Amino acid sequence: MAKPAASDTAHHDDHHDQPATGITRWLFATNHKDIGTMYLVFSLIMFFIGGAMAMVIRAELFQPGLQLVDPVLFNQLTTNHALVMIFGAVMPAFVGLANWMIPMQIGAPDMALPRMNNFSFWILPFAFTLLLSTFLVPGGAAAGGWTLYPPLSLQTGDAFPMLIFAIHMMGISSIMGAINVIVTIMNMRAPGMSLLKMPLFVWSWLITAYLLIAVMPVLAGAVTMLLTDHFFKTSFFNAAGGGDPVMFEHIFWFFGHPEVYIMVLPAFGIISEILPTFSRKPLFGATSMIYAIASIAFLSFIVWGHHMFADGMPVAAQLFYMMATMLIAVPTGVKVFNWTATMWRGSLSFEPPMLFAIAFLFLFSIGGFSGLMLAIVPADFQYNQTYFVVAHFHYVLVPGAIFGIMAGVYYWLPKWTGHMYNMTLAKAHFWLSAVFVNVLFFPQHFLGLAGMPRRIPDYAVQFTDWNMVSSIGAFVFGLSQILFVIVIVQCVRGGKQATAEVWEGARPTGLEWTLPSPPPYHSFTEAPQIP
Amino acid sequence: MSMTRGDDESTFPPFRHAARALCLAAVGLAAGAKANTSNGYNLPIGVTSLSRDIYTLHMEVFWVCVAIAVVVFGVMIYALVRFRHSQGAVADTTLVHSTKVEIIWTIIPVVILVVMAIPAARVILMMEDTRNSELSIRVTGYQWKWEYQYMDAGEGVDFFSTLARDSNFARELHSGIDPNSVPNYLLEVDHPMVIPSGTKVRLLLTSQDVIHAWWVPDFGAKRSAVPGFVNELWFKVDSGKEGIYRGQCTSLCGRDHGFMPIVVDVRTPDDFKKWVAEQKAAAKPAVAQSGQAGEPPRPAQVVAN
Repeated sequence: MAKPAASDTAHHDDHHDQPATGITRWLFATNHKDIGTMYLVFSLIMFFIGGAMAMVIRAELFQPGLQLVDPVLFNQLTTNHALVMIFGAVMPAFVGLANWMIPMQIGAPDMALPRMNNFSFWILPFAFTLLLSTFLVPGGAAAGGWTLYPPLSLQTGDAFPMLIFAIHMMGISSIMGAINVIVTIMNMRAPGMSLLKMPLFVWSWLITAYLLIAVMPVLAGAVTMLLTDHFFKTSFFNAAGGGDPVMFEHIFWFFGHPEVYIMVLPAFGIISEILPTFSRKPLFGATSMIYAIASIAFLSFIVWGHHMFADGMPVAAQLFYMMATMLIAVPTGVKVFNWTATMWRGSLSFEPPMLFAIAFLFLFSIGGFSGLMLAIVPADFQYNQTYFVVAHFHYVLVPGAIFGIMAGVYYWLPKWTGHMYNMTLAKAHFWLSAVFVNVLFFPQHFLGLAGMPRRIPDYAVQFTDWNMVSSIGAFVFGLSQILFVIVIVQCVRGGKQATAEVWEGARPTGLEWTLPSPPPYHSFTEAPQIP
Repeated sequence: MSMTRGDDESTFPPFRHAARALCLAAVGLAAGAKANTSNGYNLPIGVTSLSRDIYTLHMEVFWVCVAIAVVVFGVMIYALVRFRHSQGAVADTTLVHSTKVEIIWTIIPVVILVVMAIPAARVILMMEDTRNSELSIRVTGYQWKWEYQYMDAGEGVDFFSTLARDSNFARELHSGIDPNSVPNYLLEVDHPMVIPSGTKVRLLLTSQDVIHAWWVPDFGAKRSAVPGFVNELWFKVDSGKEGIYRGQCTSLCGRDHGFMPIVVDVRTPDDFKKWVAEQKAAAKPAVAQSGQAGEPPRPAQVVAN
């Protein structure tokens, strides 16, 4: 389709202006909007599958004693809940948003590499079919935690090679998606759109894409070494053969920590789009926001050791990882302060995207505070591997990454469909989610501090009360996500016609608002001029 | 906001009671507080110098976070209330950049972080100083139990420690036994580790199969047990704090990860000596019977897998 040249004005044959009909439109999709839609729908399905696993986990933990699942199935559920949510829900959702929005925001007709785009999406259904089918094989699904620490992960049954292969497929998909994002942003910006004029969402994705390319191969290497340890009698992580199980943790977290930011930087970008719109004033300190994202990305490569303080580490390394981790608070703080300053002396209105963005601001900050506490090495020894950590990373990932995604969907859904959605229902979804996400995760801080380890199917009776509260929060939070689906389905089917600008009085930063709602099948057949 | 504060008696006692009452009333619960252990929502102060230092650090960082949160969230809430479109607020579109405030709000966090890092670094150095220990115990993790092999004064004492039988029955799926009826459900073992108070105890942790982690919150002591490697930690329980302390394995180690608790019985040094002597006396007939003089006796254990 589009030629990867910045000056290209993208000539198209007439028959490409309309989508193909039937299943071929989706199977052979090369259009960024179709592929974006498929990514988003896929991620929503995975969100509910991963969510269903979480519901079973919380139901089992509702009271002490084992009522529903045995410990093996429990461990399988925690392991696969994480894998499905991380690789199936959050990451594909951001790639879907990137597919939809990056070409429209930079004035390009499509993504630079449409066929690779198709391939990177269609790998995912196969990868996750493979992953989820491990529940049916002898030995059951992987139950050693999503972190796959050996030697425990090597005790997995027939699921083991399937899991490794599924992770390879997810990694290949992510890397191809990242390449596509980088090539599109570098080559297909409209004339006059310099890098520093790019919308923050595009910037956050550019940096995220580099993170993906840097660390997904590291994960691939780590799991391949596990595979050869398991089947070919290598001893990378086997002490008896001269290897080191802790080495796996180092390699895994060298991937794992940047991965955390892969899941949250695009959300930063989305929030940086939404807050200015509904504050009716430009983003405060846009340039320092970009530098802050870049600093966070850089620091994310040198803090991995903070995941493993308790696994044995020299004093110098403990001090280094503690300082480096605390340092991340500085650019993150800059971002929070800039967002606050964006709202300062603005003219705020509270449509659903803004509500989610504000909740993100407060609740992500709470995750940041507990992150700061976890960085303090001596205290980390007490927090490590307890529910305090579970509370921390769920605050960062649920009201962080997932609220960011929901904010983005509510922000751009009228643009995509051409219809306004049911605001009342969307606000109900927001309030139920925002209240019950706290009922769900806040008590987990108390549980962790009071001494409840994570990843246990049953607990001592003094942990009963907070677990009940947390489970009730989980059930309501989980059920209220059905509202999200209802709002989306209704909006796709019809509704009040949306204007090109969608949000009244907005001061849009991206070019997406110059296109009609819904936008034409090919976004910009002629490159717009940027003043 | 963040966690409710705990038992720091010296500062803000009214707040402590208010917060505690609020928490308890809000969910209608009575957290099962036990002597020397956590109050149900905060870290225990514990019974070693390390656990107290950690608790102090934890509360300091917590209050720094609360202070920052009050300021930042306060400004946000003020903005949300004050600058509402529906109340006729007009956006000041010129307010988009200020190098001065951006430098200020970069430098202030750096200063706060440095101030927090210094006491933390001091405690790290102390935690890692395992020299001059008076009793060493080798702790080995298994799927799913612990083995304690005493060295120094306890040389020759060696036993396994597994989940108590009543807990083990009650924890079966559909066991029909109410966990509340089991004393110390999931936190009781057949043979607790016994240590003397007022003595610097060093643990040498390793594992026979997968990675486990040994944790007793009241000691401020947690470290992974990694197969093929030895990790060290130390603690010194205050004299006068003799009693039973409980913890759990904290590193996912397979099916029964949740069912390999740690129980430490802290006794006075004299009582500890007596206990060691009893263990050795009890071991002798067994040695004579089995005829394996070199091998220290072990209580009969069935490997759980």
